[in-house]
Amino acid sequence: MASESMPLALHRNPLSVVYEWLATVDHKKIGIMYIVYALLFLVVMGIEAILMRIQLAHANSTFLSPQVFNRLFTLHGTTGIFFVAMPILFGFGNYLVPLMIGARDMAFPRLNAFSFWMTAFGGFLLYGSVFAGGAISQGGSAPDVGWFAYAPLTSPAFSPGHSTDFWTLSLLVAGVGSIGAAVNFVATILSMRCKGMTLGRMPLFSWMNLVMGGLVLVTISPLTAAQIMLMVDRYIGGHFFDTDAGGSVVMWMHFFWIFGHPEVYVLIIPCFGFVSEIIPVFSRKAMFGYPAMVAATVSIGFVSLGVWAHHMFTVGMPSYGNAFFVLTTMVVAVPTGIKIFNWLATMWGGKIRFATPMLFCVAFLFQFLIGGLTGIMLATAPFDWQLGNSYFVVAHFHYIIVGGILFTIFAAFYYWFPKMTGRMLDETLGKWHFWLFVIGFHLTFDFMHIPGLLGMPRRVYTYEAGRGWETWNMISSIGAAVQAVAILIFVYNMIRSYFKGAPAGNDPWDAWTLEWATTSPPPHYNFAMVPAVQSRRPLWDIKHPEDPDWRYE
Amino acid sequence: MFGLEVEGAIFVVVFSLLAYAIVKFRQRKGDDDLEPPQIYGSNQMELAWTVLPVLIVVVLFLSTAQVIHRVQDAKRPADAIQVTVVGHQFWWEYRYEQYGFVAANELHVPVSDPQHPTPTYLALLSADVDHSFWVPRLAGKTDLIPNHPNSMWIDPQETGLFLGQCAQYCGTQHAKMLIRVYVQSRPDFDRWVHEQQQPAVADPSVAAGRALFQAKLCFVCHTIRGTLAMGKVGPDLTHLMSRDTIGSGSVPNTPGNLRQWIRNPGTFKPGSLMPPQDLTDQQLDQIAAYLETLR
Repeated sequence: MASESMPLALHRNPLSVVYEWLATVDHKKIGIMYIVYALLFLVVMGIEAILMRIQLAHANSTFLSPQVFNRLFTLHGTTGIFFVAMPILFGFGNYLVPLMIGARDMAFPRLNAFSFWMTAFGGFLLYGSVFAGGAISQGGSAPDVGWFAYAPLTSPAFSPGHSTDFWTLSLLVAGVGSIGAAVNFVATILSMRCKGMTLGRMPLFSWMNLVMGGLVLVTISPLTAAQIMLMVDRYIGGHFFDTDAGGSVVMWMHFFWIFGHPEVYVLIIPCFGFVSEIIPVFSRKAMFGYPAMVAATVSIGFVSLGVWAHHMFTVGMPSYGNAFFVLTTMVVAVPTGIKIFNWLATMWGGKIRFATPMLFCVAFLFQFLIGGLTGIMLATAPFDWQLGNSYFVVAHFHYIIVGGILFTIFAAFYYWFPKMTGRMLDETLGKWHFWLFVIGFHLTFDFMHIPGLLGMPRRVYTYEAGRGWETWNMISSIGAAVQAVAILIFVYNMIRSYFKGAPAGNDPWDAWTLEWATTSPPPHYNFAMVPAVQSRRPLWDIKHPEDPDWRYE
Repeated sequence: MFGLEVEGAIFVVVFSLLAYAIVKFRQRKGDDDLEPPQIYGSNQMELAWTVLPVLIVVVLFLSTAQVIHRVQDAKRPADAIQVTVVGHQFWWEYRYEQYGFVAANELHVPVSDPQHPTPTYLALLSADVDHSFWVPRLAGKTDLIPNHPNSMWIDPQETGLFLGQCAQYCGTQHAKMLIRVYVQSRPDFDRWVHEQQQPAVADPSVAAGRALFQAKLCFVCHTIRGTLAMGKVGPDLTHLMSRDTIGSGSVPNTPGNLRQWIRNPGTFKPGSLMPPQDLTDQQLDQIAAYLETLR
């Protein structure tokens, strides 16, 4: 239908377009809604970051009050994990997985829509707190307990009013959405692959979403349980985390981090999937060591469930407890490192094309390597006793989340935007976006390690002069401004290219997986005829009938 | 620990390979359109780059476990000093039980001689939420968690002032819950202990201020040993003038600052749990004058 591929279907009643999107159960539309939703919150959390960086650029700054600053970092972290990273990855997964496995939709389309709307509502609930008013403490009710909301700061004694409840309930609701999405991914990938596509032949992105889905199913429950216990404490006389009555504050930490650590693997694993699709295409070579990549990902999924107390090295666990978590955390670095070698080996001997998606993937490799190494430093408990809860940790996890996750998300945008819209993103603007963002990222986060090493803790609304922290903080703040400019260029690129970008055709990158075998954007039903495959790269087989993959796999 | 050298080597190797690859294997103008040889994997290489990291992990883990054990399970010398640290929102209480007094916000410890160590062992408790005691130049941090007593030791071998601050977000004024550790020679430390053990100076010329301290309910939160003031909510003020700072390290202890702090702590530390005081100027002068005698 013409209206599927036209960006603006002007001849249709606008109200019916709105209804179509609100009521859709189509995985592609839901995927796009997740992505657009996440982009809006990316801008919001970026503004929160800019405000904090302005405050921290000088010692003893009075630009923001402590109350406002503490709300900003709570919202920034909570938004980033739950309302930017998770939705954007669910969005790409929803859009791409059925196409990549030759299916017409996800296994449970209505559950899909329900999950999106639950997540979306969670985000609105969290930000509703800003306007809700009526808290006993000074104006505004946004939560200010940090994104990990340690007890007993969250108890009624120390957090009167309802701000903490907005944190708890918005995440509880979003968690329901996450579980629904995960159920859908696992069911779809296990049962809806097209003919010939054994588990050993599906794209690595699909494997990554399968492992991610399984991990979400295991890891959200402890968080939900902890939040229910917190609500019981706050409202119906429970004492789970009330130490005066025999409760345990450390128990909150265990519950939270048993969720919190696998959660960051939930975030990075689909990003490994992006990289595993993009690097081969732009190196013009098959992925090196597909079976090892699968095995490594599955092992990361399992081992990541056993490392959580490396967030608790300073809590006072006995020496053998600390040592155990040092071991598991270092062990999880092994399969993670292996993947870097596999990606390098894929590039080795190739004919690398440095279009924007590949630029972001190469930067990812460099930055993920560094972030992984600072992670190993932090895994070494005695180092963590100094560097934990300092700006060194903030620099480390932003290296992974921004330098790793966000960079690969940008790569995914440039790579799959043509498929989703039928138009290419502008390459020149893309390169401006890339280089500005690289400069801004490194200005902010490279130098951020130094105040941490010099003793600056995290979550401080200001700091004393004379500690040697000011210059580094100023540099970090300048980098934030540069990143903001890069993001604006990116947003402009997307909007402009949506209307005026070069037509993409089915397969602008000369790629090999099934999503490129249909139109850009795909029709509502994805494929006119459900494909059958004989190898991991069905389009390679079609394009190279004299040298198909199935002869070598 | 040689962990940093190992990590440095890993970085150099992998980064060099990456840099080499993006230069050597880039597509060049005038290249033919043929695809390069498709290599699907190599069992030997993949085995090698699995086994080597596993070995590195084993070595790093064993050396780390050794350091953990040496720090956490260190044998406590008989001559160690013992101080109980109680974390409050947003100040530090230091109970010197073996000497019989309580101080606040500025920790004094004796320097330790490597031949005859006298480390200071800190028992870590919390009166309210989670805190963390971090003085980077003296030791790693250990948390103060309600109903979960922790213990750490410092073994400073140089005299001087060591700065730190709370390292676990504990509420509005987490950022200004600063730590000042004065490492002193043994004679200086003993002299400080002796001074702290005395009850408060009872200067008759500030009797008006002392009376106001009771009348205006300051005693509800603060202790001044030797008077009826025995409040435990706020810092012990018996030897307030022996400290360089007020507001847990965040404000220099000058007469002007002290006066302004009493009038309204929020001018320095908004969110501090001490409320502004409803005092006339004259009452403020009298109370400040009284406190300034508490050397």
